[in-house]
Amino acid sequence: MTRQLIEIPENDPLRNTGKKAIIESAIAENKDRPGAVMLVLNEVQGKIGHVSPSMQAYIARKLNVPLGQVHGVVTFYSFFKTKPRGKHTIKFCLGTACYVAGVPQLIEKAKQALNIELGETTPDGQITLEECRCVGACSQAPVVVVDDEVQGRQRPNKFPQIIKKMQGQP
Amino acid sequence: MAFYRSHVLVCVDPECLAKGAHDVVDALQDEFVAQGLIDEIQVLETSRIGSCSGGPEMMVYPEGIHYHGMSADDIPFLVEEHFLKGRIAERFREVVKPVVDAELGPLRPKEVRVVLRNCGQIDPNNIEDYLAIDGYQALGKALFEMTPKKVIEEVISSGLRGRGGAGFPAGRKWAITRQVNDTPKYMVCNADEGDPGAFMNRRVLEGDPHSVIEGMIIGAYAVGASYGYIYCRAEYPVAVETLNIAIKQAREFGFLGKNIFGTDFNFDLEVRVGAGAFVCGEETALMASIMGKRGEPLPRPPFPSVKGVWGKPSNNNNVETYSNIPQIITKGAAWYAGMGTERSKGTKTFAVGGNVVKPGLIEVPMGITLREIIFEVAGGIKDGRKFKAVQTGGPMGGCLTEEHLDLPLDYEALTQAGSMMGSGGLVVMDESSCMVDIARFFMDFTQAESCGKCTPCRVGTKRVLELLQKICNGQGEDGDIEVLEYLCHEISSNSLCGLGQGAPNPVLSTLKHFRREYEAHIYEKRCPSKVCRSLIRLNIQEPICTGCTVCARNCPVSAISGERRQAHHIDPATCIRCGICVQVCNFNAISVES
Repeated sequence: MTRQLIEIPENDPLRNTGKKAIIESAIAENKDRPGAVMLVLNEVQGKIGHVSPSMQAYIARKLNVPLGQVHGVVTFYSFFKTKPRGKHTIKFCLGTACYVAGVPQLIEKAKQALNIELGETTPDGQITLEECRCVGACSQAPVVVVDDEVQGRQRPNKFPQIIKKMQGQP
Repeated sequence: MAFYRSHVLVCVDPECLAKGAHDVVDALQDEFVAQGLIDEIQVLETSRIGSCSGGPEMMVYPEGIHYHGMSADDIPFLVEEHFLKGRIAERFREVVKPVVDAELGPLRPKEVRVVLRNCGQIDPNNIEDYLAIDGYQALGKALFEMTPKKVIEEVISSGLRGRGGAGFPAGRKWAITRQVNDTPKYMVCNADEGDPGAFMNRRVLEGDPHSVIEGMIIGAYAVGASYGYIYCRAEYPVAVETLNIAIKQAREFGFLGKNIFGTDFNFDLEVRVGAGAFVCGEETALMASIMGKRGEPLPRPPFPSVKGVWGKPSNNNNVETYSNIPQIITKGAAWYAGMGTERSKGTKTFAVGGNVVKPGLIEVPMGITLREIIFEVAGGIKDGRKFKAVQTGGPMGGCLTEEHLDLPLDYEALTQAGSMMGSGGLVVMDESSCMVDIARFFMDFTQAESCGKCTPCRVGTKRVLELLQKICNGQGEDGDIEVLEYLCHEISSNSLCGLGQGAPNPVLSTLKHFRREYEAHIYEKRCPSKVCRSLIRLNIQEPICTGCTVCARNCPVSAISGERRQAHHIDPATCIRCGICVQVCNFNAISVES
């Protein structure tokens, strides 16, 4: 099959030479390992931040597996995103300890400050709000994960500072 | 190899990272370069040095000086004092001994550490540390002094049962995998510890990865496996990294690979990382995920021991089970079987959380009572409140009450009481927790994590969640409790895997022990614990309010009004009862009424 089934949109990572190279090397590295689909997707998600429909089609074709299988895996696991996320992400830990310690209030405050819902990105593409499963830092509850950095013992009134700090960063 | 006169170990556990450990590492590197010391002093990232509660933590060797609580800005001072002038920077020195650790401190009363014995004691990224405390000796003993059959017999007579929660005897599982006449065989380690509030396996993987690897190699020898997978959840990046380092080192030392210890036994393994699906902790789903598929469970039988990864016999145990193995081989089955009860032997790790004085990670012998765990090991209930319930077994477990506190901890005893051992999360709740809300919380979790393959679980959990939300919102009706019960029984008896079968447990157990609370929500439209938003009212107590305006500034819906230095007032019509004001008030002036 040589035909690309899904048209590649304008700003898709596949049209970006650097990003395409990342996808190519992820495929080349893992192609012959059993269970390659997950390995490739994990790497692409980690380095590019999302796996768009056209990327899924590309990976499926290169790995010689049905697109349905790749798409099925992408939509099954919560770590895989199909749309690009903001430059920064704030994840709210929804483990039992954090829930009890007041993460719902933190979420409320963040939604209000940024005027977006959980799972959404600010219109300027800067900040994405997400929930996540227990990160295992329960004694620090309530915990938020800001760009992969665990920040414990949060309070709603400290939140605007975090956001301001992020917005100041490139 | 470069020679360093001094080593600086910086803890990079999540807790220390949260306090800026990475900045400290970067600052140290920069400062050593600036001072021309970079060829003499090595900066290493490590796991758990001390308590982390006063983090970031660092240790300077060979002096063995423990510093903590410094920020990146303090590093130039610290480097100048310690490394240039040779004086100990007392300001940052950790002097409190023994170390108080939020996760894993000094041995608590009644604790016995088998699985956690090395955590915090050795450098997980250095195999020599593990070798120095007789690491990989058990493997040598198994390979040279024992036949595979003898190894299995030893594990069977130790009475070790699967620590993932179901409690199937580990030795018997190995025996089944060994008997299957099909090759190659695989060893699988379930490190997909997804229960909220449980982090026992993370600590073992980050603190003592070699004990898990050694246990897997011994198991591989016993069942005749040639390759292995450790399936670790993506939420544990530090554990994945530590494991990869440990596997590489074990390979360099000849514990993994071809002709291990010069014998004709070959075994190698790799880490596979999940992508955020709780159901992958179920063994058939886990294996589907290793094979790069959606993590959907399969009906059993065939069990993975017969038909697992790539359709071949695969022995699956969890992290804690494997890390028990080396010690059972070294010290003998009789030593291990000497701990615990008639049916459950050895020790079990628990992550105790919730409203207790000393939450954290503990390891206790089986047979200890919940009362001993909560009131002696974990220091009792916080703020002098009254014990209400304890949730064991995570989202698939159940709530136990006062009457169960004296049960000896044992797989069967917990199941009979309507809960389960689970992987070891233990959430203690006091009177301020609403049991309907807790049930709703767990159902929200299982509903979201249901893989959707079978109808009872996919649709059933959703319907149960809707009912619980309705009750929490104060819209519960007569008959809702009966529908809940009916649905829960249907879900647990008809679901395909453990997730669906266990999902109704929190609802059923809270219904059994706290039916009154459900009734209060439904018939009296009141939440006795003052948690459920729709059923509470927030009030500012005028005499206490100082008019500091903190609450008004933090209210997301601007429902609070009042002049500066005058008592404030909440408009009940606008208020969404989010509780932010209660949290931010410095004078406890806001009361919650039901």
